[in-house]
Amino acid sequence: MQSNLTALASPSAPPIRAAHAAQRSKRVEEPLTSLRCVRGSDGKASGAHRHDPWLVRWSLTLAALAILTVLIIVPVVNVFYQALGRGVAVYWHNLFGDRNTRHAILLTLTVAPSAVIANLVFGVACAWAIARFRFPGRAVLLTLIDLPFSVPPVVAGLMFVLLFGLQGYFGPWLRDHGIKILFATPGLILVTAFVTLPFVVRELIPVMEAIGPEEDLAAVSLGASGWQMFWRVTWPNIRWGVLYGVILCNARAMGEFGAVYVVSGHIAGRTDTMPLRVEKLFQEYNTPGSFAVASVLTFLALVTLALKSWLERRERREIAEALTDTNARREP
Amino acid sequence: MSITVKNISKRYGAFTALDGVSLDVRGGGLLALLGPSGSGKTTLLRVIAGLESADEGVVLYEDEEVTHRSARERNVGFVFQHYALFRHMSVFENVAFALRVRGWKQAKVRERVGELLKLVRLEGYEKRRPSQLSGGQRQRVALARALAAQPRVLLLDEPFGALDAKVRQELRQWLRLLHREIHCTTVLVTHDQEEAFEVADRVVVMSRGRIEQVGSPREVFEQPATAFVMDFLGHVNVFQGRVRNNRAFLGEAVVPCPDYPHDEERLADVYVRPHELDIDHRAESPASLAATVLHVHPLGAVVRVQLQAQAGDHSLNVELSPERCMDLDLKSGDRVYVAPRRARVFVPDYSI
Amino acid sequence: MATVNQRALPGFSLSLGYSVCYLGLLVLIPLAACFLKAASLSAAQLWDAVWNERVRAAYALTFGASLAAAGANAVLGLLVAWVLVRYPFPGKRLFDALVDLPFALPTAVAGLVFSSLYVPSGWLGQYLVPLGIEAAYSRLGIVLVLIFTGFPFVVRTVQPVLEGLEAELEEVASTLGAGRWQTFCRVIWPPLVPPLLTGFALAFARALGEYGSVVFIAGNKPFRTEIAPVLIVARLEEFAYGEATALAVVLLVMSFALLGAINLLERWSKSRAI
Repeated sequence: MQSNLTALASPSAPPIRAAHAAQRSKRVEEPLTSLRCVRGSDGKASGAHRHDPWLVRWSLTLAALAILTVLIIVPVVNVFYQALGRGVAVYWHNLFGDRNTRHAILLTLTVAPSAVIANLVFGVACAWAIARFRFPGRAVLLTLIDLPFSVPPVVAGLMFVLLFGLQGYFGPWLRDHGIKILFATPGLILVTAFVTLPFVVRELIPVMEAIGPEEDLAAVSLGASGWQMFWRVTWPNIRWGVLYGVILCNARAMGEFGAVYVVSGHIAGRTDTMPLRVEKLFQEYNTPGSFAVASVLTFLALVTLALKSWLERRERREIAEALTDTNARREP
Repeated sequence: MSITVKNISKRYGAFTALDGVSLDVRGGGLLALLGPSGSGKTTLLRVIAGLESADEGVVLYEDEEVTHRSARERNVGFVFQHYALFRHMSVFENVAFALRVRGWKQAKVRERVGELLKLVRLEGYEKRRPSQLSGGQRQRVALARALAAQPRVLLLDEPFGALDAKVRQELRQWLRLLHREIHCTTVLVTHDQEEAFEVADRVVVMSRGRIEQVGSPREVFEQPATAFVMDFLGHVNVFQGRVRNNRAFLGEAVVPCPDYPHDEERLADVYVRPHELDIDHRAESPASLAATVLHVHPLGAVVRVQLQAQAGDHSLNVELSPERCMDLDLKSGDRVYVAPRRARVFVPDYSI
Repeated sequence: MATVNQRALPGFSLSLGYSVCYLGLLVLIPLAACFLKAASLSAAQLWDAVWNERVRAAYALTFGASLAAAGANAVLGLLVAWVLVRYPFPGKRLFDALVDLPFALPTAVAGLVFSSLYVPSGWLGQYLVPLGIEAAYSRLGIVLVLIFTGFPFVVRTVQPVLEGLEAELEEVASTLGAGRWQTFCRVIWPPLVPPLLTGFALAFARALGEYGSVVFIAGNKPFRTEIAPVLIVARLEEFAYGEATALAVVLLVMSFALLGAINLLERWSKSRAI
């Protein structure tokens, strides 16, 4: 059950039910925990359509398809059309011929993975503490994790400007020591990490709760040290959940605009990430260039969706297996 | 290796799981912790293992205090209720785990795992995954895994709970044989009386965080120390009566009662097992009670007869052999006499 | 038990310590800086910053557009969820996956493509502008792009609930004499209300803070098409940090209030589920 809150940030996992939690007894908290959804597989409601009149069915279906087409498909197709409209050579030049665009691509490829890795480590550590232990302040921790989702991106950028800007709280100190955070890569990484902080954690907490601590306890009782237990037993069980969280985190990190806009100073060739580059090219009336970069981002979004679907289907299979597990226990 | 726990208490918020529990497990023995859910038996097992820490009390392994040692340091073999096999590892790797984390060399690992799989009769299953095994097979892998590093004590948490009746039977017998072979001090938690009696040499009956009685299966069944023990183990009929001077008065029946030699007459609960009640068509002894037969249930090896006692409108269950039942030719509505051969009296505490 | 005694499993102090440090540094301190800065303004400055004419126009626009977009999403999302759950059609799985695109797509790309679609020479604009519908650089454009970014919320909150409705419920209703419409109103609709409201609230909350897509299509004309986040950026570029922070705090407070409301909605939703 993904807290619908995770959806407040741009690409995030949709709300999903816990098939895991159905399998084990309820130990998932509500309402802030997220769970994985294994949707639409048991055909419960799908039989009902037999009773709806033919006309209603088809008109609604067509209406829905029309909505999806106009709202989603047309824009996607348009992006690629506009990007490739003048031929592949022009497209290639727009992307790699322009020095600033090249830099933007490289910058995104630096900033996003850095933020993702930081949040990955945090995510695993925090999920471990929350899913495996009870301690005072646990609910506060959960709320804190959700906060970045409800901070508007521009405000996120603003907060870091207040901290590290020249007139900010740490500004003078940073300047005296020659450290550049704002209008430089470190600032971009920081703000991207802030905005994408909850993704991995939110995904891992329900996964860890669904798997349960028994295997980890078994490892400890068999003599494993903390790290041995983690690498040999915990990690193999959570790695798909981690991957899922990383995919979402990365999609958002690469696409973040508002927060990065405020913090970067949008100096072309220095602090423009790909989304900022799209905007800059748009302002310069270089529409083909803008669409060229946009097409790369759109392609990444489509890949994200594909990976997400694949992982969800994979998990459906694992859950189905796990459910037959409980039946297998009855046999000698 | 013997285990001793002294005065262990454990609370979860307002709920007391264990209340000053003390127990001795002799080295090489097979002990069952038996009780209903909430009795604290699993908590006690986990405290012994080091998977829970007690609020008060000490745990000793062969006179060495281990109360503050972690589960890892205690070198216990713990088998979890739902096996907790490592789902991403093969059977071989599961069993080898304890050896791998101790840095054993591959050749020795292979040798030991081979031994263990032979012991649990799962040779040839090395490459299988837990998801490809049946419940009973997983149970055996869990056992092999726990035994790999030669633990000082083997602790089993409701090991057969999730299995079918027939499989349970087979595995119980197998566990007894295994124990005879390896002589490892074993403590088993169960809520199933039959299981405890079949497998263990000594049984600890627990209720609400306390130990009610410790003894051999026969002792706890035939000489229950408390009303709870008598009620929990097997069926029982409870009569309200009066006791005085080694006698219990149930309506017009008088039953010998060595538990209560005092002169003062008291109200008491008199407990009689269904198979310790005789039925006859005439009042054969001063202990006979008049009753009417309600139902006769043939249950295979015994016949259970449901009766209504005349005095006090009490319903009774009596177990007879099929032959005796045929001799008596019992039918619904028959008026008969029921005589307890043996009775236990537990005088309820009350303050004046 | 899902959680265990601290001593049995390792890594508690390490994981908790690291998490608290990380959160403190990355979340608490920046948030504190924001509130501190706002607090450093005098009451009069604060009031002036958050309640002047231009700001009021921005609030009205932000609020109004978000509400309109969320409302539209409630209707569209319900329709799409309905069709996806109940009616089979070729390519359904693909469409179902595509519903999540607005989540995955960078907002800048959304803004770019929407603005280019609705200008008079765009694929859609060429039909709409002659009809008098000017979406680009107008308030309508803002609403449209907010509909896009908030679209998946309602669909994804309603879908699981719709899927959980058993076909038997409708069959029972019809054996008891209810017509299709009555069945819908009395049996199907009531359980959908909580998730619909939750999805609406989520879409609304998201739309309030949306920036990247709106800047492309809005034209950002003060008093006309300037949303609150754009105004904050404008103030920042004027180095009016205090005023920008004041506005930011207003937005934050609204967002947090919505967060609380959404939690309550989810709790209510769950209490009604069987």
